[in-house]
Amino acid sequence: MAEPSKKEENKVVDEGIDVGISRLTEEKIQSVINSVIDSETGARLKAYVETCIHCGLCSEACHYYLSHDNDPHYSPVGKVKQTIWEMVRKKGRVSPEFIRRAAIIAHTECNLCKRCAQYCPFGIDIAYLISVVRRIIHKLGVTPLYLQDTAHSHSVTMNQMWVKGDEWPDTLQWQEEEAQAEIPNLRIPLEKEGADVMYSVIAPEPKFQAQLIYQAAVIMHVAGVNWTMPASVGWDNSDMAMFSGDNELMGRLKRTHFETAARLKVKKIVMGECGHAFRSVYDMGNRWLGWSMPPFTIVHAIEFYHDLIKEGRIKIAKKYKPPITLHDPCNVVRGGGLHEKARYVAHAICEKVIEMHPNREHNYCCCAGGGVINTGPPFKMTRIKGNRVKAEQLFGAKTKGAEVLVAPCHNCHSGLHDIVHHYEIGLDIKFFGDIIYEVMEKPE
Amino acid sequence: MVDSRSWDWETGEKNVSLDSWKKEYRWVEEPYASPDGEKIAAIVNVDEGEFTVCVNGKVWGETVFDKIWHLRFSPDGRLTALVSEMGEWTMAVNGEAWENKFGYIWEPRFSIDGTAIAAAVQQDMRYGMVLNGKPWEQTFANMTYFALSPDGRHTAGAVQVEDVDSGEIHKFQKGSFTAALDGNPWDMRFVNVWNLAISTDGEHLAAEVRLNLYDYTIAVDGVPWESRYATVWEPLFNPVTGTVVAPVREKGTWALAENGKILWDRRFVQIWHQMFSPDGSRLAAIVAPKYGRWTVAVDGVPWPATFATLVTDATFSPDGRRIAALAKDGETFRVVVDGNPWTDAWDMAWKPVFSPDGKDVAAKVEKKGRYTYTVNNRVWSRSCDIAWDPVFSPDGTHLMLRTVEAGNYVRRIVPVSDIVG
Repeated sequence: MAEPSKKEENKVVDEGIDVGISRLTEEKIQSVINSVIDSETGARLKAYVETCIHCGLCSEACHYYLSHDNDPHYSPVGKVKQTIWEMVRKKGRVSPEFIRRAAIIAHTECNLCKRCAQYCPFGIDIAYLISVVRRIIHKLGVTPLYLQDTAHSHSVTMNQMWVKGDEWPDTLQWQEEEAQAEIPNLRIPLEKEGADVMYSVIAPEPKFQAQLIYQAAVIMHVAGVNWTMPASVGWDNSDMAMFSGDNELMGRLKRTHFETAARLKVKKIVMGECGHAFRSVYDMGNRWLGWSMPPFTIVHAIEFYHDLIKEGRIKIAKKYKPPITLHDPCNVVRGGGLHEKARYVAHAICEKVIEMHPNREHNYCCCAGGGVINTGPPFKMTRIKGNRVKAEQLFGAKTKGAEVLVAPCHNCHSGLHDIVHHYEIGLDIKFFGDIIYEVMEKPE
Repeated sequence: MVDSRSWDWETGEKNVSLDSWKKEYRWVEEPYASPDGEKIAAIVNVDEGEFTVCVNGKVWGETVFDKIWHLRFSPDGRLTALVSEMGEWTMAVNGEAWENKFGYIWEPRFSIDGTAIAAAVQQDMRYGMVLNGKPWEQTFANMTYFALSPDGRHTAGAVQVEDVDSGEIHKFQKGSFTAALDGNPWDMRFVNVWNLAISTDGEHLAAEVRLNLYDYTIAVDGVPWESRYATVWEPLFNPVTGTVVAPVREKGTWALAENGKILWDRRFVQIWHQMFSPDGSRLAAIVAPKYGRWTVAVDGVPWPATFATLVTDATFSPDGRRIAALAKDGETFRVVVDGNPWTDAWDMAWKPVFSPDGKDVAAKVEKKGRYTYTVNNRVWSRSCDIAWDPVFSPDGTHLMLRTVEAGNYVRRIVPVSDIVG
C-alpha cells in the first residue's frame, strides 16, 4: 500500500464521510467492493487493470500532480494505486480508514477530467477507474456531505438546488417580465408543444443567476428561435448523481429530462453553458438507460451560439473591447469537441482573444468539475491548492493582456472564480451569454 | 370518455379568421382548438401586464388578468388557464376564476371525461392539491409528484411530512416523504416517493418508493412490496383486476413485476411505459430488447422490428387487439402499427389515434414546419401551418381535422375514405 499523502496533515472533517466510515465493518466493505467489481464491471476494468504498466506518463497530465510539485500521490496512476488497484488486489479486504482515504481521493483529488487518458500510451480511461471507486463509496454510504446533499436534492426535486415545483415557473415568469421591460413582446414560452427547441438549464440559474435565463430569452427572441421551456420537472439538465456514484438516480434524472423533451415534441435540446450536464445527457445518463446516443439532438450553448452567429440570426453590433482569454471546459471540449466552435464564437464577439496555454483538448481542468466543487467548503482549499498550475496558466494569459476570462461552463465558472480570487490573478469571469447579450443587435 | 355523438359531424368545413386578432392585440400566443373543433382560443396581450383570452374572436370574460399561462381545453370542452390577479394565482374556467386563490398554481390535470380539473397549489409556502377549486385541508412542506384519479374524484401527491434542512443528509436518509391521497398521508415514511398511480375505482394509491439510498420498491396504500430492487419505474393498476405492475431492475436488467412477483419471463435492457388494454387482458410496454434498440413488447414478446433512437406514444386500440406507437430512427419518426413501420418518415409525429372499431389509425405529423395527417399509411393531400390531433367520428367513417391555414382556423369533417382511398 502506498504511503499516506502529505495532505493528510490537514485532516478534513466531513460529516458525510466520517459518519459513513463510523458505520462500516470490514465485512461490509469487502462485500460491497466485490459486489460492485463482480456485478457492475467487466472486461473494461479488467483490461485497464491488467494493461497499465505503471509507466507514469499520465502524471504530467494531472493538474493536482503538477500543482503539488510532482508529488506522485497525486498522479493519476498514484490515485488508482491508492484506491481501486488495492481493492482489486486485496479482493475487497481493506480497512475503513482505507475507504476514508479512497473517498477523499476519488471525490476531491480527481475531477474525472480525462486529460490523463490522452497521455496514457494505452488510452486507459482513469476517470472510469475513479468512477468505479466513487460507485463503491456510494454503496458504502461514505459520499462527502455536500455532494450527497446535492444528490438528495436531485432525488426530491429532479434539480440540484432544491428548487420547488412552483419556484421554477414562477422564476421564468419573473424573468420574462423583467425582459419585457427591455423588449415588450419578448416571451419565455412555457410548455409550448411542438416547439423546435427545448432550452434546459441547471438549477443554479433559477436559484442564483436568473439573469442568465433573461439573457438566453433575449438571444432566443432576437434570433427568432421557436423555443420552449418546460414548467414541470425535467427542466434541469444537471446531474451530480452521475458524480456521486448513484447511477440509478442519474438514470432517473436523465429519463425525466429526455421524456420532458419527448412530451413537448421538440426536435432539439439546447443546453445552457454547463459542461457536466452535457456529459450526463450526451454520454453517461443516456447510456445507462439503454440509449447508445441521446434520443434527441443535444446542442450545447457553444454550438448553439456558433450556429446563430454563423447563420446571421444574431448580429454583433459592436465587438466586446476588453481582451479575453478562453477556458476550454473538459466535458464539452475533450468530451464534445467544441473547442473550435468556441473560438469562432469568441472571435466573432470579441475584439481580441488571447490564447492561454495549453489550450483546446489539452487545457487544464478548472478543478471544480467532476463533482469536486460540490463537495463544498470542507474541500475548497483542496481544490484551490490542487490547481496552482491553472493559476499559473491564467497568469500567463493575463501577462499577455487578457482582462476577461470566458468560461462557458457553470462549474468552471465557480471553480475559476476561487482560483482567480485566491491567487489574486485579477481577471473578470464571464459566460459567452453575458458577452453576446452585451454586444448583439437588439430591437430598439 | 367524452361522448362525441352530439358534435357536428355533418358540416364539411367551418372557418374562423385569425388575422384580425393580431391587429387587435399587442401579441397573440399559440392557439388551442377545442375537442369538438368549434372553438379556437389564444392568450392575448391587451396592454402592459394585461392579458385575456380570445375565443373565436371574442374576449373570454370581463376580467383582464395580470398574467395567464397554460391555456388548455378540458376533454369536455371547457377552456381553462392558470391566471394571476393582484399577485394571487388560481384556475380560470371559461373566463371565471375559482373563488380560492393561491400563492401559485401549476401542473393542471384533467380527468378522462374532463369533468374534474386538478392542480398543485402553494399557499404560504405550504403545498397541496386543489380539485375543482377546493384545496386539500391538510398541506405539506413540499409536494413533488401529483396524480388525479381516472374518474376525477381523487387527487394524490408525494409529500414531505418531516422537516429536513439542507445538509441534514442522515436525517433525510431516515425518510421524510410519503404519499397522500386526498390530502391524507400514509403512515410510513420513505427516502423518496415518485410517480403516483390511483386505481380505477379511486380507492388505492401506488407509488415508487426508495427505502434507503439503495433499495427501491413499489408501495400500495402505504405498504411496500416485500421484494426490493436496484430501482423501479412507475406503477400501473390493472383497470379490471386492480393488481399493480411496475418495471423493476435487478442485476443490471429490467423485468416487469406484478404485486412484487416477476411477471414476464423475458428481461430487457429497459422497460417503461407499460400499459394495459382497456379490458385489462393484455399488457404492453416500450422496451429495449438489446442495448441501443427499442420496440414494443406485448405480453412479454417484443415486436421483431426494432428502432435505434426512440419509441414513444404507444397506445392500444379500443378493442385491445392492436397497438400503435411512434418510432424514431436518426432524426425522423414513423408511425408503427402492430410492429409494422409505415412508409413515410416525418420530422415529428404525434400519438396515433385509433378509430372506435380499431380498424383505422390516424396521426398528426410534421415535416419542414408543415403539418398534415397520415391515415393507414396514406397521407392527406393538404399541409397546414398548425394542426391538432385527428378525431374519429363515433361511427369511424369520418375524421375531424382541425388546422390553421393561411391565417384561418379550419374545422373539417373528412371521410376516412378520402384519405385512405
